[in-house]
Amino acid sequence: MCSVCGCGQSETEGHEHPHSHEHTHAEPHYHAHAGDLHYGLGPAHAHAPGMSEERLVRIEQDILGKNNAYAADNRQYFAAHGLFAVNLVSSPGSGKTTLLVKTIEALAGRLPVAVIEGDQQTSMDADRIRATGVTAVQVNTGKGCHLDAHMVGHALERLNLADDGLLMIENVGNLVCPAAFDLGETHKVVILSVTEGEDKPLKYPDMFHAADLMLLNKIDLLPYVAFDIERCLDYARRINPRLDILKVSASTGEGMERWLAWLAEGVDVASAARQRNVDLLKQRIAQLEAQLAAKG
Amino acid sequence: MHEMAIAESILGIVEDAARAQGFNRVKEVRLEIGALSGVEPEALAFCLDVVLRGSVAEGARIEMERLPGQGLCLACGEALPVLARYAACTHCGSYQVQASGGTEMRVKDLLVE
Repeated sequence: MCSVCGCGQSETEGHEHPHSHEHTHAEPHYHAHAGDLHYGLGPAHAHAPGMSEERLVRIEQDILGKNNAYAADNRQYFAAHGLFAVNLVSSPGSGKTTLLVKTIEALAGRLPVAVIEGDQQTSMDADRIRATGVTAVQVNTGKGCHLDAHMVGHALERLNLADDGLLMIENVGNLVCPAAFDLGETHKVVILSVTEGEDKPLKYPDMFHAADLMLLNKIDLLPYVAFDIERCLDYARRINPRLDILKVSASTGEGMERWLAWLAEGVDVASAARQRNVDLLKQRIAQLEAQLAAKG
Repeated sequence: MHEMAIAESILGIVEDAARAQGFNRVKEVRLEIGALSGVEPEALAFCLDVVLRGSVAEGARIEMERLPGQGLCLACGEALPVLARYAACTHCGSYQVQASGGTEMRVKDLLVE
């Protein structure tokens, strides 16, 4: 059984995940109290034989509350293992997978890296990642347009993640829906390529608002396209004044060192935080052992 | 936006409540949808119609209370109504407007029998 949610299976790598939605409408609508049968205990207007009364059930729940609870679990897992988790989001064709492959190749031997690949169908991207020698789990969302925290939790079970490393989550190519779904990641990184319009930050503001870093990719193609880079950066900062921006070309390697340094710094921070926690726990254990010894 | 996933989350909340509180039919689902939540009410209503079929809430009336968008300008400190997401401050023109209300997406209550 799954430790993420208690469901029977996981939906990674093509496994079906049929949440059953069974409802029986056949039960008789009566309430038994101490041997009596009451066909409706509500106000007078509801006293039709065989009918139960209406009532108002207060719910007051965030619609995405369940996802956010799974995201909190994932976040705790990342913290406990010193993992720097990056959620890569973009429209299809921005060069996410190429960027990912080049990043992994450049980090080989420097940092432990693992990848969760989200696509509607096929394991082509995970195959591309595995060809680099890095562990990758493919999550096929089926009809879904985004990864959610529950899917990521299942993927984490399948990845044998080393502590103090980098987890790259490549979301489904979609500039809209992934913005709303927290996966528990440390940062969302939005990738925009110069072959797209410079007005994308204004057209798809939620994603640029949710991201902490924007990678402007394919800058080697700038001489061949009508892309106003200053206007694009202005639009992006208008939507998100906190946004960091790096200009890169995954295929020529231009600007990639700064991106790699950003990742390495993130892993340093995550692993240092884990080490601090471990040290604090060790101190606490030593204190408790001293107390026990004093009493014994 | 991703109204299908939102509709499925609503179904999940309704089904959890049905199991916990033992009701068999939902006549009305009342939602609070903020103007800045990114959810299109018409698209959500359409998706709910499809997703709720065959469930305890099949055919339930969907009531959506729209909560207005509100913001706080980080540049001039003014609180202001926000009509469109990421619009400029109506007082000083800055784009550093933080949404302070209207991003909600909640299931408020259910009328059940």
